[in-house]
Amino acid sequence: MKIALRELRRRPGRFATATVILTLIALLLLFLGGLLDGLIRNSTGAVRAQQGGVVVSSAASQSSFLRSRIDPDLRARVAAAPGVEEVGGLGIVQLGARVPGNGPRDLADVALFGVEIAPRGVPNVPDTGEVWADRILEADGVRVGTELLLGPARSPVVVVGFVEDTNYLGQAGLWGSPATWRSVVAANRPAEIVADGVFQSLVVRGSGSPVDLAAAVDAATGGATLSLTIADTANAIPGVAEQRGTFNQIIGVTVAIAIVVIALFFALLTVERVALYGVLKAIGARSRTIFAGLVVQAIVVTVIASTVATVVVLLLDAAIPPGSIPVTITVPRIVSSVLSLLVAAVAGSAFSLRRVLRVDPASAIGSSS
Amino acid sequence: MTVTDPHAPALRLEGVRKVYPMADGEVVALERADLTVDRGEIVALVGPSGSGKTTLCSIAGGILRASGGTIVVGGDDISGYSPKQLTAFRRRAVGFVFQTVNLVPFLTARENLLVVDEIGARTGAPARARADQLLEELGLADRAKNLPSQLSGGQRQRVAIGRALMNDPTLVLFDEPTSALDSKLGRQVMELIRSEMTARGIAAIVVTHDERITAFADRTVHISDGVLDA
Repeated sequence: MKIALRELRRRPGRFATATVILTLIALLLLFLGGLLDGLIRNSTGAVRAQQGGVVVSSAASQSSFLRSRIDPDLRARVAAAPGVEEVGGLGIVQLGARVPGNGPRDLADVALFGVEIAPRGVPNVPDTGEVWADRILEADGVRVGTELLLGPARSPVVVVGFVEDTNYLGQAGLWGSPATWRSVVAANRPAEIVADGVFQSLVVRGSGSPVDLAAAVDAATGGATLSLTIADTANAIPGVAEQRGTFNQIIGVTVAIAIVVIALFFALLTVERVALYGVLKAIGARSRTIFAGLVVQAIVVTVIASTVATVVVLLLDAAIPPGSIPVTITVPRIVSSVLSLLVAAVAGSAFSLRRVLRVDPASAIGSSS
Repeated sequence: MTVTDPHAPALRLEGVRKVYPMADGEVVALERADLTVDRGEIVALVGPSGSGKTTLCSIAGGILRASGGTIVVGGDDISGYSPKQLTAFRRRAVGFVFQTVNLVPFLTARENLLVVDEIGARTGAPARARADQLLEELGLADRAKNLPSQLSGGQRQRVAIGRALMNDPTLVLFDEPTSALDSKLGRQVMELIRSEMTARGIAAIVVTHDERITAFADRTVHISDGVLDA
């Protein structure tokens, strides 16, 4: 192993090509992962911010907020379900918002939520006509005290505070009272007006695990509701599962390419070293010792490439203006990407194992005979 | 199992055969070879290309397995050893000096000696002390930190000899040690081999097709068509 490390230190040029290619692959992997996390975060923040264990929708809605309706009678049955401690109504309307000072066509995409239970980061449900806004709107010039005009009816709401990570389907979250939501819907989406006491969904708090709570609610309503945990509700948002699946496939292909690159590079290196390995075997080196050296070299090259790529991607993340490209670089993503590449390094170098095993120590002796 | 007998010959071959199966029969590379090399004895094994000297040398050093016969090195009967056991045996009991020297190019002279320890027992400090001692004795103390590319042909050959002596072997096998050197340097290397082996009481087989080398050996054995000429 010392021999392998000394070769890396004394002949870095030999590994430069593989290191550069792996750095680019690591960069791609981290960027794709960051993009996936950013897109998912941008789509699901509003759901993840709910301070409850379960989101309840009507059974026929297929967990779509827009299609779902929960009337007071159904709400009462939910509230009576075993384990339920608190129920809060939730409604949503997606609109364009005019920001003072911006052009008439320069609308900010927003999703106005009317809630009875304030989400994470919002201390209390604001008064009618007031909203807490997702901080991403700062990029559009929104400040505390800004009056936004929502939708074609230009319904006014005043921003009274900012909250983090509450976007819905890429639209900035606005958090107001049910009365605010009802008045904005009435003015801008008359076809979607719901009766007083009716909500699109319910956020439920209760005892026990969220999965058990969801099952208890659905049982209590006789199947009239579809209750999901917060994580499942986020995953059920249209496009989220598709985005995750697509990106994970691309990430998988990228890791496969890393395996191929490492395999090819170390296969070539092994071919070059057949004579040296023959000598080492002749003087008593075990195949596993030689192979371990190869794996160590692959791991070190991968660690160097991953470190460089991580630094570059963090710099990129810092340089990208908020609200432009939805990239989110997180520690778990960096760790999982680096671990994927390390697995690829071991798997790729393993392709050289057979060649190492086949090196004959006799090749070291009598080469001219 | 290792049996080390300090009074046993360094090498004893009895009826050793090596045949290679071919599609149309078999090729006999070595035919019932009998050879004994005493401790401290230097034997020149002379023969033309393809005569079987490399095969004999490889079998004696535990690199090749014989098709039949008995091979005993320093009292250690290796005839029935598995490839794994032979690998451990080579690490423990035999030294090799190859035709093209074959030092690890990115390691210094000292590190090339320490390779023997790193692939095996990893004793650390004792191995470093032995490497320094060998380099001193071989006149390479001031070259310890030089890479092979920074050494002359004779110095590289001395490093290779040092590497072969690192495990304090019973037997050292030299494969055409002078073939890549001019005659003057070749003579110097043979004098060095002679003096080092004699001083340490280590047996050596020097494979060569150059009759001039035989002057440096205690005994010369000829081989032709796989048959030893006693």
